[in-house]
Amino acid sequence: MLGSGIIRGMIETGRNFVGSYFVKDRLTTVQYPEEKLAPQENARTIPFLVYDGDDAAAGLRCTACTICEQECPPKCIYIIKDKAKKPDFVGKMQLFPAVFDIDISVCMSCGICAEVCPFESIKMDQVFTLSSDTRFGSLLLHKEQLAKSNDYFRKIHPTDATAIDAERAETKSKAEAKARAAAAAPAAPAVPAAPTKAVTP
Amino acid sequence: MNGLTDKTALNPGAARVTLDHDLLEVAMGPHHPSTHGVFRMNLVLDGETVVRLKPVFGYLHRNHEKIGESNNYLGSIPYTDRLDYICSMTNNWAYVLSVEKLAGISVPERAEYIRVIVAELTRLFNHTCQVGFLLQDMGALGTPLMYAFREREKILDLFESLSGARMMHNYMRFGGCRCDFPAGWVERARSVVAHYPTFLDQFEALLSGNEILKVRTQKVGVLPAALAINAGITGPMLRASGVNYDIRKVDKYGVYDRFDFSVPMGEHGDVYDRYMMRILEMRETLKILNQAISTLPEGPILDPKAKLRNLRPKAGEAYGRIEAPKGELGFYLISDGGPNPYRYRIRPPSLINLTILEDMCLGHTVADVVVILGSVDIVLGEVDR
Repeated sequence: MLGSGIIRGMIETGRNFVGSYFVKDRLTTVQYPEEKLAPQENARTIPFLVYDGDDAAAGLRCTACTICEQECPPKCIYIIKDKAKKPDFVGKMQLFPAVFDIDISVCMSCGICAEVCPFESIKMDQVFTLSSDTRFGSLLLHKEQLAKSNDYFRKIHPTDATAIDAERAETKSKAEAKARAAAAAPAAPAVPAAPTKAVTP
Repeated sequence: MNGLTDKTALNPGAARVTLDHDLLEVAMGPHHPSTHGVFRMNLVLDGETVVRLKPVFGYLHRNHEKIGESNNYLGSIPYTDRLDYICSMTNNWAYVLSVEKLAGISVPERAEYIRVIVAELTRLFNHTCQVGFLLQDMGALGTPLMYAFREREKILDLFESLSGARMMHNYMRFGGCRCDFPAGWVERARSVVAHYPTFLDQFEALLSGNEILKVRTQKVGVLPAALAINAGITGPMLRASGVNYDIRKVDKYGVYDRFDFSVPMGEHGDVYDRYMMRILEMRETLKILNQAISTLPEGPILDPKAKLRNLRPKAGEAYGRIEAPKGELGFYLISDGGPNPYRYRIRPPSLINLTILEDMCLGHTVADVVVILGSVDIVLGEVDR
């Protein structure tokens, strides 16, 4: 019958329309500014730098190795190494960045920097309201703005952070055991095991 | 009734005898909403009938191939996401497949299955959206497209929890994938796949039998099989013209030889066949997904010998191709032994499928041009690169 296809389609539309009042699954959207969906655990937006402890400058994991700078596809990371060194989480003296800038107007959120970082230092954030009313400056993030605590990292990526924390605790206990053994055996001057006081840049 | 179903009777086209008149040149696009991005068609019209059509593109040119030649091999993967930005997963796959061929990297079994699953999910929502867009172009404003996007969002949620981004996944790596499925992912994917046939039935009930749709699409934009083969058309467009050519069957790349699925085929090569082609292909894709999810093996997801950084394949060349949702997507790479490819060339299905647009549009009206362009399924990110 001519028109039967049209009527079938209309019935389908009607079912969906009425269903949206009764079936919970049919309500697929949220009223955004008032109601926000929690981001998924793996969600990524822009990179940030993880620091341990309370002091961002002292606990910064970054050792200014510049691997992320080299691998960044759109080349939005800019690093200058500091001349001084500071002890890392096992007490080994490491370089640290004097300047660590990310131009987030260039960053394409690919996550390659976080993937190649051998020090678990650069990770992907989940903030997404990044607009600003100035063109320059506010979209160029410096070390101070990029540094976020390990607690924050644990909050946004719990699975990743737990694994990394366990791995780092193991490395640290191994290093401490080694240092104790070295200190005990030849009665050599003791090496401080944990980071004591850091050099501020 | 005859006059209603026989489109050509309504539009005798250029052969119509008229009084003295001029041809009209119309620039359709690049801001026209039906051009799926920034694409322009310079139409020469005789009344309302298309006499000549000249496609103009390049508005979205981003120098992709040259960037690929200056970036290292790893750095090009996020750029491939932005080619056909609806189907990032299949773009990733085509690129890593070529690099794996070039560098001789093997892929573990589980990673191959993961690739099949994500690629077929991509095909599923690409076709859903494509049908939605096509119906929107025909005047079914809103409803089909909203239904399509509702389903697409469920798959994008899956992809976000897997790769971290809704669309720019940057997921595949040389020798495998970046990360394994998170906990509970497979169950969620299974429920999405299990629900999909119901949605497809609803989606088909909306318009597949609609008389207006049939009048607007049947015998419109006919692409003969011989012309399709000569022009190098691939994907659903070629199969809608009745040519049995699917790279999943021809090349059997990945683990596609382990799955039981058939290749649906059209008869007339008109817009209606291309529309039905996508619906039928989605049903076959669901078959593959069910098999792949139920037989997903355990094991590593990345070849331990594969290097993430500092990949320097020895001098040589490779061409890797896959059956992307839009057709044959191939990457041709030449290595001179350095850290970046010497030549990086893409064979984009959207661009090549667009080349016969004029042949399909001649003699039809302007309103049909919109429908024919919609049935080609183009994404301008891939056409212009």
